Amino acid sequence: MSQRFRTRPFTAALAIGALALAGCSGGGGGEDDGPVTLTWYMGAGVPDDIATAEQLAADFSAANPDVEVVVDASGPAGVEIDAQIRTKLGTGDMADLFWYNSGALMKQLNPDQQLLNVGDGAWVEDLSEDYRGTVSTENGTYGAPVGAAMGGGFFYNVPVYEELGLEVPKTWDDFMANNEAIKAAGVDPVIQSYGDTWTSQMIFLADYFNIQAAEPDFADDLTANETTFAETPAALASFQKVEALAEADHFNVDFQNLVLDQAIAKLVNGEGAHYPILTFAQATVQQNFPDDADDIGFFPVPGGSAEDHGLTTWMPSSVYAPATTEHPEEVKRFMAFVASPDGCDSITEARGVTGPYVVAGCEIEGDVSRIVEDMLPYFEDGATSPALEFLSQVKGPNLQAFTVEVGTGISTAEDAARAYDADNAVQAQQLGLEGW
Amino acid sequence: MSLAPSQPIRPPIPPSTGPAIRTRRKLGNRVNKPYPGWFYAPAAVIYGVLFIAPTLASFYFAFTRWSFAETEFVGFDNFVTFFTEPRLFKGFTNTFIYAVLTSGAKVVLGLLLAIVLTSGIFARGYLRAVIFFPVLVSTVGVGITFKILLDPFDGLVNKALAVIGIQGPGWLTDPSLALLSIAAVDVWKGIGLATLIYIAGIVAIPNEYFEAAKVDGASAWAVFRHITVPMVRPAMITVIILSLIGGLRTFDLIWAMTGGGPGFASDVIASTIYKQYAAGFYGLSTAGNVVLFLVVTAAVLPLYLFLNRKSKDL
Repeated sequence: MSQRFRTRPFTAALAIGALALAGCSGGGGGEDDGPVTLTWYMGAGVPDDIATAEQLAADFSAANPDVEVVVDASGPAGVEIDAQIRTKLGTGDMADLFWYNSGALMKQLNPDQQLLNVGDGAWVEDLSEDYRGTVSTENGTYGAPVGAAMGGGFFYNVPVYEELGLEVPKTWDDFMANNEAIKAAGVDPVIQSYGDTWTSQMIFLADYFNIQAAEPDFADDLTANETTFAETPAALASFQKVEALAEADHFNVDFQNLVLDQAIAKLVNGEGAHYPILTFAQATVQQNFPDDADDIGFFPVPGGSAEDHGLTTWMPSSVYAPATTEHPEEVKRFMAFVASPDGCDSITEARGVTGPYVVAGCEIEGDVSRIVEDMLPYFEDGATSPALEFLSQVKGPNLQAFTVEVGTGISTAEDAARAYDADNAVQAQQLGLEGW
Repeated sequence: MSLAPSQPIRPPIPPSTGPAIRTRRKLGNRVNKPYPGWFYAPAAVIYGVLFIAPTLASFYFAFTRWSFAETEFVGFDNFVTFFTEPRLFKGFTNTFIYAVLTSGAKVVLGLLLAIVLTSGIFARGYLRAVIFFPVLVSTVGVGITFKILLDPFDGLVNKALAVIGIQGPGWLTDPSLALLSIAAVDVWKGIGLATLIYIAGIVAIPNEYFEAAKVDGASAWAVFRHITVPMVRPAMITVIILSLIGGLRTFDLIWAMTGGGPGFASDVIASTIYKQYAAGFYGLSTAGNVVLFLVVTAAVLPLYLFLNRKSKDL
C-alpha cells in the first residue's frame, strides 16, 4: 500500500505537466498572438528548389500578413529524403507543408490517409488535367505545383554541332551516327555523371515517349502486372540504348565520379557534346554560365522513326500538407496562392522559365533560354507523353543502380530489365497493389 | 558496484530457525544478488520497453507488409524475397566477405602493431596515440575523406601513384575493387582499437615468462610463438568477436563511400536493409534486420563458445 501512496504525487505531477503542455499549444494556436507560422519542409539537394520555395513563401507572406511561411530546407538529398518524408508522415511528425515529387512517389505516401485533401479549393479546377492526375487519388487532390512542366532528353553543345556540320537527330541511328563523328573529332559524345547516381536513369526514363509510341497500353499493363520490361522489345530498348552507348565507349572517361554541376561544366566547355538530363537543369546552365547559355540546345531521346519523334515530360513537384497539420485553413490558402498566376510569377522570379505552367492563366513571359525554346514546340504540337512515373504507380526503387550496372558494363540490358521487373514486383507487392 | 565483491559468500545463519531454512534456500540461488528484486525494476522496464519489446515486435513485422498504419500478414514471403533476389543476396555474401577480411586483418595487423608498440620503440606514446586517433573520428567523416582521396582522377592516392609511374585503378568505381577498398579503410579506422586491446593483453603478461625464456635462450620468434600468442588469447578473442560483429553489421562507412555501388557491387545486408526501408518496404526491411540478427548470432555465438572453451583448455 505504501508504494501506491508514493506514486500519487508523481501521477499528479504528470497530469499538471500535461495540462501545462496543452495550455502552451492552445496559446500558440490562438488567433490573437500574431501571424500563424507554417513550416515548409524540404530536402537540401537542389538549390533552385529551395530558392523557389523561399520566393513563394516570401511573396505569400507579404500579401497575407496573418500567415508566415518559413522554409526548412534541412532535409537530406537523394534517396534519404524519401525515407525522411515517409517516416515523418508515418509518425505524425511532418511540418505543415512539404515539398515532394508528384506521381508514383507521391502515391506511395498513402495520401488518402496521410495527406490533407485540398480538393475542395476552387483553384483545383485551374490545374491542367495531366498534372491534377499526378497529385490526386479517387478520393481527393493533395498538392499544388511548385514549378513548370519539364522535359527529359539530351542537352547538346551547339557550337560542336555547328563545327562538325551535324543535325539534331530524330532517330536513334542518326544519334549514334552523330556520336561517331563527334568522337572522331576528339570530343566525348555523351557525358554521364554517375557520381550523382540518379542522373544515370535519365536516358532510360526520358525514352518513355518511344515506349508508349510502340506500346500505347504499356503503363496500364505494367500496373496490372500484365507486361514486363524484359518481354517488351520497345521497353527493353530503353536499357539497350544505355548499353549501346557504353559498349561504343561514348562516355567521358570520368563518368563514374562526375556530378551534375561538373557534367554541365564539361558540356558548356565543349569537352562533351551531349548530356542527358531534365530541363530543370537549364537553371544551372544559366546560373553558372550566363554567357554561354545560348550555346546549349535540347532534343528528346530519339526513337525508331522520325515521324514518331516526341518528348517525355515531367510534371512539376508539388507542395503537400500532412493530414495532421494544425492549420488546414492557412495551408489551403497558401496552396491556392501557389496554384495561381501570382504563384507562377514567384516561381518564374526564382528560377526563370523552365517550361509551360500547369495552372490555367499562367503565361510564359520574359526571356526564355535556348533549352526551353527547343523544348516548347513539342508541347505546342502535343508530341509529348508524361514519364512512366506519372502514369503508373509501379516504380521499383533500384532503377538507378540497374542503369549504373548497364552503363558500367556490370550487367547486360537483358539482365537489368529482368532485375528491374523483379524490383517492380517487390515494390508492387510491398505496397499492396492489385494483381501482384 | 563496489558492494558486490565485499558481500560475504556464505552469510552467517540468522538466529531464528523457522525463516532461516527459507532464507538459506533462497540464498543458495541469490548469493550474488546484493539488491532486492524491485531495485532492478527501472532497468528492467527500460530494457524491456526499449529493447525486448521492439525485438519481439520486429519478429512479427518481418512476416508482414506494413505501412506504419496497417499490416498484412504474408508468412515467409519477405524472407523468400530476400534470398531469391540475386541483388539482395549479393549483400548477404558481401557481408561475410567484408566481415572476414576486416576482422582477419585487424586480428593479425593489430597484434603485430601491438608488439611493436609495447617494445622499447622511439616515441612510443606518440605512436600509440597516432594509431588510435582514427577510432575517434566520425566514420562518415572518414568515409567522405577517403572518397575524395580515392577519386580515380583527382584523388591524392592515384596522383601519388602517378608520380611513381603507376596508373591507379578506380578504387571505388571498379565493381571488383569497391568492397575491398572500403574494407581497407575500415581496417585503417578500426585497427587502433584492436591494437589497444592487444597492448593491454601484452602488458598484462607477467615479465617472468619473458625472463625465463631469455635465460633458456629462446629466439624472438619462439617468444612470440610460445609466450605472447598464447598469453594474449583472451585479448585476441575479444578482438575477433568485436571486429567480426562490427564487420557483419557495418553500414555507415559503406554508405558514405559508395552507397552500396557501383550498382550493387559493395552492398551489404545493412545497406540493403536501409534501401528497402527508404523505399517504404518496412516489412521487407524488418525481415532483413531479422536475417542480420540471426546471421550475427549464428556466426558469433558458436565462435565465442569455441574460442572460450579453447581458452579454458589452456
